[in-house]
Amino acid sequence: MTSLLNKSRPPVFCPGCGYDLILHALDKSFQNMGLQGNQIAMVSDIGCSGLFDTFFNTHALHGLHGRALTYAAGLKLARPELQVVTTMGDGGLGIGGAHLLAACRRNLDMTLLILNNFNFGMTGGQFSATTPPQATVGSGFLNALERPMDAGTVVAAAGAPFVARASAYQKDLSALLEQAIRFEGFSVIDILGVCPGRYLKQNKLTPKLIDQILRESEPLDGCVTKNARSEYGRCYREQAARQKVASPPAKVVPRFDPPQSGRQEVIFLGAAGQRILTAGEVLCIAGLTAGLKITQKNEYNITVLRGPSISELILSPEEIDYTGIINPAVVIALAPDGVTRRKDMFAQLNQNTLVLQVSGVKIPSTQAQVVPVDFKAQGIKKSDWALAALATLAGMNKVLTCQMLDAALEERFKGDTLKGISELLEKVMGQK
Amino acid sequence: MELSLLEGNEAVAWGACHAGCHFFAGYPITPATSILNTMLRILPPTGGTVLQAEDEIAAMGYCIGASMAGLKVMTATSGPGLSLFSEHISFAIGSEIPLVIAEVQRLGPSTGSATRGADGDIQFMRWGNSGGLPVIVLAPVDVKDCFTLTMHAFNLAEEYRCPVFLASNKEIGLTRESVDLDGLERPTVMSRLPAGEDIPFFPFKPLPHKEVPGFLPIGGEVPVRQTSSTHGAEGYITIDSNEIAATIQRVKNKVETHVDRFSFAETLIEPDAETMVLTYGVTARAAHAAYKELKMVGRPFSLLVLKTLWPVPEDLIRKETRKAKRVVVVEMNLGQYVREIERILKDKKVDFLGQMDGRLISPDQIKEAVYD
Repeated sequence: MTSLLNKSRPPVFCPGCGYDLILHALDKSFQNMGLQGNQIAMVSDIGCSGLFDTFFNTHALHGLHGRALTYAAGLKLARPELQVVTTMGDGGLGIGGAHLLAACRRNLDMTLLILNNFNFGMTGGQFSATTPPQATVGSGFLNALERPMDAGTVVAAAGAPFVARASAYQKDLSALLEQAIRFEGFSVIDILGVCPGRYLKQNKLTPKLIDQILRESEPLDGCVTKNARSEYGRCYREQAARQKVASPPAKVVPRFDPPQSGRQEVIFLGAAGQRILTAGEVLCIAGLTAGLKITQKNEYNITVLRGPSISELILSPEEIDYTGIINPAVVIALAPDGVTRRKDMFAQLNQNTLVLQVSGVKIPSTQAQVVPVDFKAQGIKKSDWALAALATLAGMNKVLTCQMLDAALEERFKGDTLKGISELLEKVMGQK
Repeated sequence: MELSLLEGNEAVAWGACHAGCHFFAGYPITPATSILNTMLRILPPTGGTVLQAEDEIAAMGYCIGASMAGLKVMTATSGPGLSLFSEHISFAIGSEIPLVIAEVQRLGPSTGSATRGADGDIQFMRWGNSGGLPVIVLAPVDVKDCFTLTMHAFNLAEEYRCPVFLASNKEIGLTRESVDLDGLERPTVMSRLPAGEDIPFFPFKPLPHKEVPGFLPIGGEVPVRQTSSTHGAEGYITIDSNEIAATIQRVKNKVETHVDRFSFAETLIEPDAETMVLTYGVTARAAHAAYKELKMVGRPFSLLVLKTLWPVPEDLIRKETRKAKRVVVVEMNLGQYVREIERILKDKKVDFLGQMDGRLISPDQIKEAVYD
């Protein structure tokens, strides 16, 4: 087989650099597997490990420090047939930690070679995530204060199904690389080597010492049984094919006349859990059944089940420009949370505004026409009050009619839910 | 007319799919999350990929990988996520990687207010990259625009091979609106130009008479090189200053010199008006309401709504403001785009109305600014 090394760009590693051996071992693995350059993507990031992609005649994607695995995943998901091999130094391991963990958990069929030489070679030998604390490095005393991380143990703990440790100097490195590339799933090899340009200047590290480190480490030599599982891309494609095709947004046939002409603004002042947004949506659909233009603008805190929930709706026969509330036709006061958030509004309301005031909810003094409602006495749950308020309005022929409401409920709900809500709202309308 | 209800964010997702988007990666963030949710409903059943990323840096990285593999890609975020996008925006600019970023802005700075609107990232989108080379930013006004401008964003990303932003806002993205789906403008879908038959393939050599290189995917027949480092036509690091200068200039020119071809805007000229209101985004809706009200009472002003913000459509702005003596710039921040207008319209009085408190600027505020 022919070498995939780039003859016009020979390796430029420092003399004695472990990376040079890894480069040739990887080329040997590619040859042994009978791979062509266009079947492989070499992905790399910053540092000496980031030189790898230029030394091969393959597809190559070289990017930012620590992010190589993200490009690799994008490539692999788009081109499942491609052999994706990422090289990353111990620097990339540290800065790209979140991506490393995510790759282990995800288990896409790709290979990561951690080219671990215990320091930042290119920037002056600073300590990395794997530098031993006793080493003398370019970061002064800081290195002694932090504990190095064992990449193999970490990726195994994070779910990588193939994890091995290796020495750049071991004779059978190529065979191990091939095993990792052939493995269907995320395979990681932590390859230890020396950095003659920086690390060796002030520290002793030899192939023999590397062997000793490997002997003293918890053994990791390939498949991690507890992490064995199906490959992500395969699972994704299987699951995706089973999903229901999304229907485009429903079209609503206009078939009724609205009870009032002109722009109608409605504001729900409620609390999280009162299904304010759903009630707003029902009113939107009701408006569509009368051929009106609609906007619905919501306000809520990010806390899901606490805090105010406000929905501002505009129904208008004209195009709606400004989506804010200027002169509401109806204010629905459903909870103190929402009322407090908009307490300043009440003083500005005039007699043309109808305020539906749910019993027990205090409102600031106002010139508006206040109509009290007691949904609790009618046995209606708090979470249905916003919908019940729509029934009250429909019963008054205000903003929407009973026909519009019924049609909207049928568009929005199905089956038993529809039945339950319809019965509930009929009760409210009946009592009005 | 049969209307449908759609949020701005949903419209972005449907627009993306109509433009041929086949890959979406995103990290959940209010108020952009419903784009991720909608893409997750639409893409997987049709063979597309949706990935929930571990962070926003990764979301962009996944998109970069998939785009280089030949797919049309999109991500979506809000201000805090845009901050994390930065390094990959720079990569996509410098290495000519097509991608679309929907930015649903929320009130900043920093984590700010997740559920309040703003247009506070208008300069950030343009300049939040290392090197300062240009991007394209389109600004929707409503749900219709979210659909159509997203389609344009894909076309522009493909044509000019650069990141294209959709500068949305919580007040558009999460506002539900009635839309006539059949009446939506759907531009013709475009795809990046393929490379010629030249062997060897030079990934960064512009096509003949073009400023953009032809594209071949990573994973295709011919090995392709992509790199974030300063590169020559072959995609290897170069130290040749002339080559560097020529490439950088080309990457700048390919976007900036063609802005007239994608200067989206709406203009309402009132012949008797001395004042023109210039605005963009959701604020254009209040401006339009104010325009109608003042016209009705016989005190008209002209209105220019920009939908292309970057590169600054300077020719269009000069042309449309020609008859105005005074331009009032209105935006949901404390003065960002007004800097561009002041720079371009040195001969005119430029006034500013801004607000950054999570509330919409109202038609009354604009009327006051016009006749104060």
